[in-house]
Amino acid sequence: MNSNTKTAYDRVVAARDTKRPLGKFYIENMIDSFVEFHGDRRFGDDEAIIGGIGYLNGKSVTVLAMERGSTLDERMKRHFGCPTPEGYRKALRLMKEAEKFNRPIVCFIGCSGAYCGIDAEERGQGEAIAENLFEMMGIKVPIISVIISEGGSGGALALGVCDTLIMLENSVYSVISPEGCASILWKDSQKANEAAEALKLTSYDLKKFGIVEKIIDEKDKTNNEICDDLKMYIVDEINEKQKLSTHELLDKRYEKFRKIGA
Amino acid sequence: MLNFKKSDNKPLKVMCKKCNAEKDYKALKENFMICPDCNSYLRVGAKDRIEMICDKGTFKEFDKGLKSKNIIDFPNYDEKLKKSEEASGLNEAVVCGTAKIDSEKCAIFIMDSNFMMGSMGTVVGEKITRIFERATKENLPVVGFTTSGGARMQEGILSLMQMAKVSGSVKRHSEHGLLYITVLTDPTTGGITASFAMHGDIIIAEPKALVGFAGARVIEQTTGQKLPEGFQRAEFLLEHGFVDMIEERPRLKYTLSKILKIHNNKA
Repeated sequence: MNSNTKTAYDRVVAARDTKRPLGKFYIENMIDSFVEFHGDRRFGDDEAIIGGIGYLNGKSVTVLAMERGSTLDERMKRHFGCPTPEGYRKALRLMKEAEKFNRPIVCFIGCSGAYCGIDAEERGQGEAIAENLFEMMGIKVPIISVIISEGGSGGALALGVCDTLIMLENSVYSVISPEGCASILWKDSQKANEAAEALKLTSYDLKKFGIVEKIIDEKDKTNNEICDDLKMYIVDEINEKQKLSTHELLDKRYEKFRKIGA
Repeated sequence: MLNFKKSDNKPLKVMCKKCNAEKDYKALKENFMICPDCNSYLRVGAKDRIEMICDKGTFKEFDKGLKSKNIIDFPNYDEKLKKSEEASGLNEAVVCGTAKIDSEKCAIFIMDSNFMMGSMGTVVGEKITRIFERATKENLPVVGFTTSGGARMQEGILSLMQMAKVSGSVKRHSEHGLLYITVLTDPTTGGITASFAMHGDIIIAEPKALVGFAGARVIEQTTGQKLPEGFQRAEFLLEHGFVDMIEERPRLKYTLSKILKIHNNKA
């Protein structure tokens, strides 16, 4: 195992690095002929989730990718990559479209959490996430999800009900942010370091728990090299999952989560 | 809010926050745990809820013995579990079983905020998943009472995964053509709102129950906005179309039985 000497909080910092690529980078470098689609057909469009179709290694796929943006303007537009209910509903709409045309789904997950605001509550942030968990359990095409940066709680899980979960080595995935945890537990968000350790949120921790199937090494690799390794693994996984009958696919997806904490 | 005395496990007095006074538990219980002086709804523990909703002697509990362990070795979690057990008289934050509601047989789960604010760790997730699996096998509707602070951080990512796990079992139950009714009680927040609390075919809320995803204080701090009056209360959800109805506690059993009977096509 590479770079296991990093502390949990080192990895939180690495996962949040503003220079770290997010969804758009992976779409641009992994997907050919990408066509973006907008809107949830209910209320609006959320630019924190990019959705669309294209080719992955010559095969049609549907892609859903969280993106924070690189300039301040873009970040405001994408509300710093935290999806609103419209983002999750757009994602579900496009997943159902993928199911109709028997196209595998790839999700790139990276957000500090679901968008937090009065308007998001008014439009049912909880209901939107809940609906995705429920429906994704039954989507009849392979779903491959990748944690690319910070996987923030329910906001991340809403694209994380999948057949194969991959984590980039320095991504993290947690039930609560280390700062949130520290402020509840010790009334001191400065203790995020200790909280990160206690929460067991690194890719290595999650592999040990059997929640993640694969870690993509990052050490001494450029972003493009990481992207290439990730692409190869996703292509293989899709091929494997497509060998299964629908029944087997959905049974295995159910079991993947059913066994956690049983 | 804990209404059991540690020494003899006998409930005596319960605090009404609105009156800021202690009330006699027995009198409260006869009044559906509604304060006779100010009419505010006090939180109902699982045992009292069973008495309020289920036909006498029909409740049969499952998986009562399942207890949480400190699986990720989280600081002070063992002590917290022990204290919660003593204070609530329960092994975990949810009680599951089968029962009859006005003669209608159903599976039922009742969360209890006296146990670590009703938070969901692996045992809560496992118990609720099992009751849905049992209901699917036995062709029973599920009635679920939610109250929870959300996923339990002391079990880290394993708690988050319970949201997906329970959702999977609800989905299978639903695909069998079976009815799921949720009753949202105060407070239902975070990962519970973002999973099985919102999966009900029919969603009922108790008056003024707090139901939301993000915590009100967090929203205020993050956005700097002043929260509107009644924000995230049951009435707010009804207005925005996220619950089917608000029902008063004394009528809840009657309403549940009516919905169950109509789904069974019975008069």
